Amino acid sequence: MKYIFSVLILLSVISAAVCGRGAELTASVLDDPVRAVELTIYLCGGMCFWGGLMRVAESSGLTGKISGLLSHILGGLFGGLDKNGRAFHAICMNVTANLLGLGNAATPLGIEAMKAIAEEEETKDEASPSMIIFTVLNTASLTLIPSTAMSIRAKYHSASPSEIIPAVWATSAAALAASLIAAAALGAAFSGKSQTHSRKDDDK
Amino acid sequence: MNLSDWIIPAVTAIIILWGLKSKTDIFGEFAAGAADNLKTCAELLPVLIALITAVGMLRASGAIELLTSLLEDAFARTGFPAQCLPLALIRPFSGSGALAVFEDIIAQWGPDSRPGKIASVMLGSTETTFYTIAVYFGAVRIKRTRHTLPAALIGDLTGFIISVLTVNLMLT
Repeated sequence: MKYIFSVLILLSVISAAVCGRGAELTASVLDDPVRAVELTIYLCGGMCFWGGLMRVAESSGLTGKISGLLSHILGGLFGGLDKNGRAFHAICMNVTANLLGLGNAATPLGIEAMKAIAEEEETKDEASPSMIIFTVLNTASLTLIPSTAMSIRAKYHSASPSEIIPAVWATSAAALAASLIAAAALGAAFSGKSQTHSRKDDDK
Repeated sequence: MNLSDWIIPAVTAIIILWGLKSKTDIFGEFAAGAADNLKTCAELLPVLIALITAVGMLRASGAIELLTSLLEDAFARTGFPAQCLPLALIRPFSGSGALAVFEDIIAQWGPDSRPGKIASVMLGSTETTFYTIAVYFGAVRIKRTRHTLPAALIGDLTGFIISVLTVNLMLT
């Protein structure tokens, strides 16, 4: 990642030299940092508003309530974990935080969940099935309100910034399903020889 | 009336009503949460200045145009807009990088254009996969992540493909 910035800049200078776009490149160097500041200020408003609202949801107990409801759905995915244990509780809280777009809270909760899984399942240097499923739940980005995409759409005068929401839900759900199926299939393929004890195949 | 116009008002109202019901200090908590995210924004600013300028320079130099026109023919048959390919490439690696590329697509083609809509759905429905895996497994010092990365990347790829389908089906 650390080289990407340098590569992008050098590539633009070379490409501008080849295409004869020195004036455009100079204009970009002068204008784009200002555009970045404008964009950040623009995003800042929405981020602070949602951050504030979600903090209200957290301290009013709404987040905990949703987490409790989610635990019924998530239980099937984590057959190996104690449903009253610290690990499963942290998992539900993390998924809730992601769902509500609480980015600041989701990562620490996710790390806590990973540590609790490691403790409960006594993992050593290899990822357990619960860890893989939990991580995949996070990389699939389940979000109720895709606020960043919507803010930028609004900034560029979209006729309906929020019209993408149902499509985002459907797409995330499909991506998550694909990841979970892949995790189950690859897991079965890799551990075919070692583990023979009864493993729940979930409800797919 | 569009149903998606009411998702945000409904979520907002539910949170406020629940806060009133449980006698939460709504305004105080709101201000504290907003202040938290203000800090996040301040940390985001230097990174975005670097990346948005770099992507803007690449656009101004003609390189993005060149790449897009080269890929256009190859992608024309699949229905995947070549304009969204840079976003798909950077999305798993860098959140702020993806934001910079997304902003470039929206500025260039408009939020309600086909590539603009597909990019919006792609950004909203995927995550910074490599970063997430590194942070989570790093925290428990696990080196052998087994099939986590392939499974997560299959999800990302599915997300990119499905975003084209959902935009075609739901947003035209």
